[in-house]
Amino acid sequence: MNFDILPFLKSMLSVAGLSGYEAPIRDVITPVWQELSDKTWVSSHGSLHAMRYGEGAEPRPKVMIAAHMDAIGLMVTGIEKEFLRLTQVGGVDPRILPGQMVIVHGTNSSETVELPGMVVMPPAHLLPKDGQKGPLPQKYLLVDVGLRESEVEKLVRVGDVISFATEPRELSGGTLSGHTLDNRASVAAATVALDLLSRRKHLWDVIAVASSQEEVGGYGAKGSAFDVMPDFAIVIDVTFAKGPGGGDTVLFDMGKTITSTWGSCDHPALYDAMQATADEYEIPLARDFAPSGSGTDAYDVQIAQAGIPVVELGIPLRYMHTPVEVVSIKDVKRAGRLMAEFISNLPLDFMNTVRWE
Amino acid sequence: MATKNHELLNVLQMLVETPGPSGSEHLIRSKIEAEIRDHVDEVYTDALGNLIAKKGSKKEGGRRVMVSSHVDEIGLMVTHVDENGFARFITIGGVSPLTCLGGRVLFMNGTQGVIGMERLEANEQPSLAKLFIDTGATSKEDSKIGVGDVAGFERPFMNMGKRLVAKSMDDRAAVAVAIQALKAVESTPNEIFFVFSVQEEVGLRGAITAAYGVDPEVGIAVDVTRTGDTPKGVKMEVALGKGPAIKVRDSSFIADPRVVNWMVEEAKAQGLPYQMEVLEAGGTDGAAIQRTRAGVPAGCLSIPCRYIHSPSEMVDVDDLQQSVSLLTGLLSKSIEI
Amino acid sequence: MTEKFSPEFGQAELDLLSRLSNALAVSGDEQEVREIVYEQLQDFKDSMHTDAMGNVLVRHEGSGPNRLKVMVAAHMDEVGMMLTKEDGDGLFEFVVVGGVDPRQLVGKPVMVGRDHIPGVIGTKAIHLTTKEEREQALKVNALRIDVGLGGSKLVEIGDRATFSTTLQVLGPSLRGKALDDRLGVFNLIQLLKNAPENIDLLAAFTVQEELGLRGAITAAYQLNPDIGIAMDSTPANDLPHFDGEENTTHNTKLDGGPAIYLMDGATIGDRRLVKWLTETADAEGIPWQYRQPGRGGTDAGAIHKTRAGVPSVSVSVPQRYLHSPAGLVRIDDELNTLKLMHAALSRLDKSILIPQENK
Repeated sequence: MNFDILPFLKSMLSVAGLSGYEAPIRDVITPVWQELSDKTWVSSHGSLHAMRYGEGAEPRPKVMIAAHMDAIGLMVTGIEKEFLRLTQVGGVDPRILPGQMVIVHGTNSSETVELPGMVVMPPAHLLPKDGQKGPLPQKYLLVDVGLRESEVEKLVRVGDVISFATEPRELSGGTLSGHTLDNRASVAAATVALDLLSRRKHLWDVIAVASSQEEVGGYGAKGSAFDVMPDFAIVIDVTFAKGPGGGDTVLFDMGKTITSTWGSCDHPALYDAMQATADEYEIPLARDFAPSGSGTDAYDVQIAQAGIPVVELGIPLRYMHTPVEVVSIKDVKRAGRLMAEFISNLPLDFMNTVRWE
Repeated sequence: MATKNHELLNVLQMLVETPGPSGSEHLIRSKIEAEIRDHVDEVYTDALGNLIAKKGSKKEGGRRVMVSSHVDEIGLMVTHVDENGFARFITIGGVSPLTCLGGRVLFMNGTQGVIGMERLEANEQPSLAKLFIDTGATSKEDSKIGVGDVAGFERPFMNMGKRLVAKSMDDRAAVAVAIQALKAVESTPNEIFFVFSVQEEVGLRGAITAAYGVDPEVGIAVDVTRTGDTPKGVKMEVALGKGPAIKVRDSSFIADPRVVNWMVEEAKAQGLPYQMEVLEAGGTDGAAIQRTRAGVPAGCLSIPCRYIHSPSEMVDVDDLQQSVSLLTGLLSKSIEI
Repeated sequence: MTEKFSPEFGQAELDLLSRLSNALAVSGDEQEVREIVYEQLQDFKDSMHTDAMGNVLVRHEGSGPNRLKVMVAAHMDEVGMMLTKEDGDGLFEFVVVGGVDPRQLVGKPVMVGRDHIPGVIGTKAIHLTTKEEREQALKVNALRIDVGLGGSKLVEIGDRATFSTTLQVLGPSLRGKALDDRLGVFNLIQLLKNAPENIDLLAAFTVQEELGLRGAITAAYQLNPDIGIAMDSTPANDLPHFDGEENTTHNTKLDGGPAIYLMDGATIGDRRLVKWLTETADAEGIPWQYRQPGRGGTDAGAIHKTRAGVPSVSVSVPQRYLHSPAGLVRIDDELNTLKLMHAALSRLDKSILIPQENK
């Protein structure tokens, strides 16, 4: 029957793969996508591409599904005795860092070693004034890997990446927590779509892209879009779910709906077509507003070469950019199914309907 | 070594004593062109003003490589000249009001000026709005400069032996390294495009179009980087005199890990000292190369430099010479990444 | 002569310490650790009981003449949280129990209740925060424990919670939660299993230490010892000074050996006992360090004021990052602490109580 998405998603949450250093996660996705596609290849920026040929006559139109696979994390900036100083890769609120379990990927010896460590706060009396009250600025935080100075010196060098070590855990009510559900939940959704498409007819070529470097600026997807030049693209990322400290923006009920984005990156005709598909298959699809852009790969795809029409889907997620992000598995499956229904119903002349009135 | 140093120093002095703020790179460009013309297969200037020199052609195992060092420097542009001849200005690139105080500037038309400041209120910080340039003019009519005139900072080159000081070491130190490597590369399986890029200080603009035009398979930026080796300075591991810095990241890009390893392995093979660099501010042409077209593996060879974006930027002569060796070695062999 | 006691840290020891460290036993609900203590000390079941407070008290009587009654205490409880209000959708308000720095809570996996129901403490996405917000520490009342959408069936208000951390060996170190004071519990179990015959060893596995040494008050009264020793864990603040200056307030240092207390906020260590410990360590070639005189307190603070007074001292394993999701200790320091305690107890007799001038 259907591909079992939960173990696959958990395996994706158990590996690192920071922006620019996506090899570990790419290695987890590749064998699964190979099974579900006709061919896979890796872009010059390390994005994974998987092609499913359609059944239409050549030259066939093609649709790209883009979901970024890179993770936010930390990086070693200095080594002081056995302690490591750090900076961040992607956006991390430094307030979540003290006490955070991490893995330092040490490359100073002939083999890369994974060193479990923890982000720690030096006591106030060892810090200048601005480190003595309130949240500790990132520059004062250290990582302790439990090894003595001589060992650390041997194994770690400046520039080594540090990933979050939080293990994926199923919470109640069909929810899952872990680091990097942003955006591996969407990679899982894309996988659900590929799986469904592998068992039904689709005229269009489908290229799934697990893109690199979204968290530092969308460079993976930008290169992939330039390279692949699809007729249009579905960009899927996570969006903000209702939860503690959510703030006053429009937020979505985790487990009850997925979203489609309405804004500057999204082609209105594609938005309408996606909404029509959702209505037809009774998949709850709420409207997410991003008039100035959504901060996802959508912009980078939209402006590739002479421009690519984009439609954006979102999976509501709690606690974005913390190592304890939470999503509902039901939403992940919904997003995958919606993409599959949408793509398998695409007529060859669909682009004639993607117009500005 | 001594004669090599001598040549490097001559080139460097020539470079740092030529003004060339972003957008006004014509003088520096022609000097570089004269310096390299006899050593390359082809040299041309592109639509934005980048000077591009091609050396070698692609052979078995070779790649099309872009080496980018920017020729522009930070500077000032006049926004208004008042009735008494005082000029107000905005900055070109990242200029701090603190480093302007007491500064001398040289306009592209040869006019000299000094920077003065209005009275500050109690506890007020100096800001650009409070600064003006005095060119010695007694009135607006008497002024040799007007709105749009561009100036660079003016300081003589200082050779302290091991350490060298000048304005615009950012990025002329790197330009000197690129020029010396360009001369030193004798046979190579690679098709190398040395790009002497413009408008880096205002957003890598020259490198963006140069990279699209060159369409390289691998890219290396050569630029300066900050150091953490001064009293109560920023926390950073890079220090002057400890060898070329191999960039892992800065705030503009994450260097491709394959390029980082390529550089580390070459430094090890040559027995050169080197340092790993994580820069938490600033960007380089490497970012522009990385993002062109479908994306290019790119990195950056950094020259440690103290007091960046001040008129007294300091580099270490051994770091420069070792950077030349490293870059020459990287470019002379087939590239496997 | 008895055989020399030379403790090791092998798989069996790691397994036991893991169970102790991973257990959830927030002050006031120490049952999970109490059960492990009972299971480990089955040989003592006739001389073991749980008192009115929940302390586990174990007597091991020696065999020689003139035996000293020595109370050794280690506390079973840990700092943590308690759920106080349900907000719906699996979200719970909570308060902290004991000295938890709220800055340590944000973005951490936790577990709730006897069944270790998994949960997380999340926070607003960085994308939705302002710079001003990020410059303010998050207060506990702004945080929630999230156990998932179906959570209200699995946990209830009043449940205790703690960090969901698993003990791990990191090279020469151990990293785990609640090593303050499960290391003491672990060591006290080892001391009982290898109890010296020259004394009566009165072991107290205490409760509610983190709330003010409460369990030790009644335990010491009940046991009525000649001397008292608290085995605890003390901060190693041996991190680098940001500006490179010498760190003169390290309290203790990792790899420095067991920390012997001269004075903390609750107790001035009995000079005779301090000397006895340091002389034993020197004689046995065990590295040791003084804990820098300072604040804080151990169960000794309760023991020494019991009844007519009990000469008391504390010995601690130096530990970094107490009361956070995980502390870090060196295995060497742990073994040397156990070694020192055993050697010191083995050479103890009533002469220690002869009054002497404090030097």
